[in-house]
Amino acid sequence: MQKIPSHTKARHYGMVIDLDKCTGCATCMVACYSENNVSFRDDESVKLLSINWIQVYKLTNGKPFPDTEVCYLPQPCMQCDGKDFGHPPCVSVCPAVATDFDSPTGIVSQITTRCFGCRYCMAACPYHSRKFNWWDPVWPADMQNYLSPDVSPRMRGVIEKCTFCYHRFQQARQKAYAEGNPEDIGEDDYQTACTQACPSGAITFGDLDDPAHEVYKLKNNRYAFRLLERLGTNPSVYYLSTRKWVHRACDNYLENEEPAAFANKQA
Amino acid sequence: MSTQTENTSNAPSNEPSPKKGATGWVIFAFFVIGFGFSLLGGWVGFPKMLYTEVPHPIDFNHALHMNLVYDGCNSCHYFREDGSFSGSPTLNECRDCHGFVMGINENEEKFVEEYVLQDKEVPWNIFSKQPDCVYFSHAPHVNGAEMDCAACHGDIGDSESLRSYQENRLTGYSRDIWGWNMSRLGEPEHAPRMKMMDCVNCHVEETDSQGSCFQCHK
Ligand code: HEC
Ligand code: HEC
Ligand code: HEC
Ligand code: HEC
Ligand code: HEC
Repeated sequence: MQKIPSHTKARHYGMVIDLDKCTGCATCMVACYSENNVSFRDDESVKLLSINWIQVYKLTNGKPFPDTEVCYLPQPCMQCDGKDFGHPPCVSVCPAVATDFDSPTGIVSQITTRCFGCRYCMAACPYHSRKFNWWDPVWPADMQNYLSPDVSPRMRGVIEKCTFCYHRFQQARQKAYAEGNPEDIGEDDYQTACTQACPSGAITFGDLDDPAHEVYKLKNNRYAFRLLERLGTNPSVYYLSTRKWVHRACDNYLENEEPAAFANKQA
Repeated sequence: MSTQTENTSNAPSNEPSPKKGATGWVIFAFFVIGFGFSLLGGWVGFPKMLYTEVPHPIDFNHALHMNLVYDGCNSCHYFREDGSFSGSPTLNECRDCHGFVMGINENEEKFVEEYVLQDKEVPWNIFSKQPDCVYFSHAPHVNGAEMDCAACHGDIGDSESLRSYQENRLTGYSRDIWGWNMSRLGEPEHAPRMKMMDCVNCHVEETDSQGSCFQCHK
């Protein structure tokens, strides 16, 4: 974690995903693949080997028809803050400082040229957000010519992960500089690709600490929760669902224990 | 080694052997000469081995053109509306004046015939080209900190021809990144060096922070 430059305002970017709105269409995944030059394999059926920065999981309540319910859960990197805004589990274990906590934005950085592939961070991450390049990325035919110049493609033997489209922050910042006020980065100036691609508007993105941003209101919603919240990883990604079984599926609860949002209701 | 010989011979016999001292000096002299040659080989030979000269596709005369254009450097190197920097010029910046061969010299003829008339962009050698993983933006420096182009690029803007361009055989990076002086001591030769620590040193001085990795990487 580095000291913030004297002229920079600290931000804390985060995401709120409304699971009741998500239809599981996976448009976010497609948008992410093309935005971030994420490589794919000829045969993507072995999901353990595939690389993706956001992944849609399918949850079911396990009940037989007609009570069956399904919920789709899009999961990017949680950009954990750790205990005291700066110590996510993956950063603590990295022996190379290849991953670090970006204090001006609250985003966990990953410098792939620095990474030497020990995969400690992969083991430390409780969310499987980190993916390893077992092969050099290969793009079919002339697709190589259509890669985005804003995101450097990775190589064999390194870890990659979601960066909340950090290059879009760089671009917003650059534009703000050109317009004369580097701190003037509005909610619309910096949005991730998945947020903009989502057809049902399930994903909201912004500064969690800025009351003017939508995410500030949404994260304080009584039905907001985070994945495995009680591990203390302090993720910057919140989920919304009014369904109790979804809350239960996203953390380890004892049999007679109620998820926080619902426990209060009965008390 | 020689001091030890002196010490041991001094104590018991009180009669230092001149022969032994002389051998020590000869060995020392050989060592110095050998070291000198290795250094010379390293400083002179190694760069030749590591770097290879790449010819420019077309020579370009900045001084001449600065008298011809309306808007100074901005005519060819300008900021776009979104804050990004145009960098090296495309044919669009040249076509107005170079639509046909003027017949001034071979260089101009080659430029027009091989590139303008064939609608082919010139593959300029970029002296300051950073590795792909580096994010650099001109806006914070030129607009934000109001720095001169010369502060980072040297005097290319006033030059009459492009200086020699050398490329690292191993990495393909321009020699300007490490700097032309292998020892990296003293004043930079053509333009300030731009390794990671060179960016960081200025940032620490100017902004009181070395910045986080994502400030300069993508
Ligand atoms: C008529 C167009 C034109 C004008 C005006 C012009 N340049 Fe250039 N400039 C070029 C071309 C062409 C190149 C060659 C491209 C290359 O080698 O990168 C170049 C290259 C450069 C480079 C080298 C970039 C690199 O790293 O390779 C610098 C620095 C530069 N110009 C600065 C300036 C400055 C400063 C001015 C104003 C004093 C200026 N230029 C005015 C056309 C122009
Ligand atoms: C404002 C008009 C103008 C623009 C714009 C312009 N040129 Fe020129 N250029 C000239 C003129 C006029 C000459 C001949 C000057 C002379 O020798 O008297 C010239 C000469 C040249 C020469 C030969 C000069 C030499 O001595 O080697 C080259 C090469 C050249 N230009 C390249 C370019 C490139 C590349 C660009 C675009 C980045 C460009 N010019 C843009 C007007 C222009
Ligand atoms: C803080 C130092 C700095 C200043 C000031 C600066 N530059 Fe640069 N410039 C760079 C670096 C670093 C690069 C390489 C960027 C890269 O490869 O990503 C570069 C690249 C360039 C290029 C080549 C871009 C390309 O890839 O085609 C040109 C042309 C250029 N600069 C011109 C200018 C001009 C003109 C100015 C003055 C208005 C200027 N620069 C001011 C550091 C600087
Ligand atoms: C000679 C000094 C100097 C050098 C060399 C320099 N910079 Fe900077 N840079 C600055 C200053 C000063 C600022 C702050 C501008 C401001 O906000 O007023 C800055 C800001 C930046 C920013 C924007 C930071 C933000 O908060 O958004 C980036 C990115 C950056 N520099 C990258 C680089 C890279 C990459 C290099 C090396 C290739 C480099 N700089 C070399 C002086 C320098
Ligand atoms: C001020 C800007 C700046 C910051 C901050 C910065 N870097 Fe760099 N980095 C650069 C530049 C410029 C280069 C390319 C020049 C070089 O090789 O030194 C580079 C090169 C590298 C390289 C070598 C890449 C290659 O392909 O040659 C690695 C690895 C790297 N940086 C890792 C990091 C890590 C990890 C951090 C955070 C702790 C970091 N950098 C912070 C500017 C920066």
